[in-house]
Amino acid sequence: MSVVTDCRQPFGAALERLAEDNPRIVAVTNDSVGSSNLTSFRKRFPQRFVNVGIAEQNLIGTGVGLANSGLLPFVCGAACFLTGRALEQIKIDLGYGRANVKLCGMSSGVAYGPLGPTHHSAEDLAWTRVIPNLVLIAPADGPETAQAVEAAARIEGPVFLRISRMPVPDVHSLDYQFEPGRAALLREGSDVTIIAVGTMVSRALDASDLLAAEGIAARVLNMATIKPLDRDAIVRAAEETGAIVTVEEHSAIGGLGGAVAEATAATHPVPVHILGIPGVFAPTGSPAWLLEHFGLTAEGIRAAAAGLVARRRNA
Amino acid sequence: MQTLASDQIEEIRRQANLIRRRSLRMVHRARMGHPGGDFSSADILSVLYFGVLRVDPARAAAPDRDRFIMSKGHCSGALYAVLAAAGFFPLEQLESYMAPLSPLNGHPDRNKVPGVEACTGALGHGLPIAAGAALGARIQGAGWRTFVLTGDGELQEGSNWEAAMSAAHYGLDNLTLVIDRNRFQQGDATEAAMRLEPLADKWRAFGWSVAEVDGHDHGALFQQFQALPLEAGKPNCIIAHTVKGKGVGFMEDRVEWHHKVPSSEQLEAALRELGEASP
Repeated sequence: MSVVTDCRQPFGAALERLAEDNPRIVAVTNDSVGSSNLTSFRKRFPQRFVNVGIAEQNLIGTGVGLANSGLLPFVCGAACFLTGRALEQIKIDLGYGRANVKLCGMSSGVAYGPLGPTHHSAEDLAWTRVIPNLVLIAPADGPETAQAVEAAARIEGPVFLRISRMPVPDVHSLDYQFEPGRAALLREGSDVTIIAVGTMVSRALDASDLLAAEGIAARVLNMATIKPLDRDAIVRAAEETGAIVTVEEHSAIGGLGGAVAEATAATHPVPVHILGIPGVFAPTGSPAWLLEHFGLTAEGIRAAAAGLVARRRNA
Repeated sequence: MQTLASDQIEEIRRQANLIRRRSLRMVHRARMGHPGGDFSSADILSVLYFGVLRVDPARAAAPDRDRFIMSKGHCSGALYAVLAAAGFFPLEQLESYMAPLSPLNGHPDRNKVPGVEACTGALGHGLPIAAGAALGARIQGAGWRTFVLTGDGELQEGSNWEAAMSAAHYGLDNLTLVIDRNRFQQGDATEAAMRLEPLADKWRAFGWSVAEVDGHDHGALFQQFQALPLEAGKPNCIIAHTVKGKGVGFMEDRVEWHHKVPSSEQLEAALRELGEASP
């Protein structure tokens, strides 16, 4: 747990490793070269690096056209602009068209901190999750990021990779194998389940330690693939633990929490406490301050989980 | 430079007429469609598919095929008619236009119709995709070419101008944009809704090589396509001056025929004016 990684590093390294072996790999960006960690890629593979300038609609269209030509494009930009500015291109050209394009939304969530809501990407999961055919993956640590890049290249069809710039500790064992569409069980428990994604997974593990000290056994799932959702793991969590806390560095509306609630509502209606940014534009503050402000901390997760357990015990 | 023999010109003319006849029947049957734009683009599509494009219906996904992207996807009637005539799917399938579960949706779906390269219909999507395809051919050292047909009103979408910049920046002389300059959009004349002129100057200023041609003159269109690239190192823009509803007097230059559905009497009158036997 001692390694702390800015996931853009393993992202760039994995993409370069893929490009070494696969001449079809191209990187495409909206001038987000350094911030997508593509500087080395550009230097090593200049013929397979495309900068379309600050133009996100054309960024997506160009990526789709490159895929049509037979190449395998990884289209990279800050998650906020990449998804929001070109949403119709993502819906039609990628989703409807089932283009074999990998969208790489960098610096998701509130990682840009005091740069403010223009640069925050607290909506991307909500507005991409409703697009058919699109696979959504938000890795939790460095090694999972590298594996997610490789998995995205193997998937035939459009994938959105949500990559954080906020340093995160490794949360998986050394022999962990990321499998798209499969939740990773990181901690077994029977009293409550914490389902986390991305930067929140390590905090969920910390919360489970706090809960254990209170005598609450919390299961922890890393739901790295938001779509297709691992419904089996969610239903098992509902059946076996009876209560779920979800936590994401994203709006509490329409993201992981919404997906989990949709999966449980009809047949396994257990309480789902959704932790995220509560449907507001964030005030000015550093990323760490903002996460604290919104209760997206080990303590915030602990309190939500303990609350659900207490409610059941008091029922 | 290759010129068309008179029998080839005659075949292209005949096919253009068939596009108009078939697409109007389709719109009449479906009670929905965009006949004005189908008719303004019919000659361009006929020249492309029966004189220019290196495509093979038997190998619709061949890696080395020329790409044609119908950015003005609302004119799916004309596109489907020409694709069927070229052999990409059976002509009888045209009868299912917009029927429940038909692959022939009101706007083309590349996953359902052989020969369709992109899902278009939301305007301003085709040119960025075409620019990407042309760039992809260049990266791979491939000789195939990319063509894209846009409407004129469609050029009001800013995405086109993003792609205009990048196609010129990357010197994509293997990319050809054809603009169906019929001077009308859904609600009004283009120049009344949102002025496009001076259109050729705009493309030149963005770094493209521009030619203007009568979009209903098959020989002249063919000559322009033969002259590609117009200028080494620059993307090509062919402004095809057309008439909305071309070929049927009561439809020509009438804005309402953008998406008006003909009555049975109007259909028969139109088919009589277009001449030649069914279909």
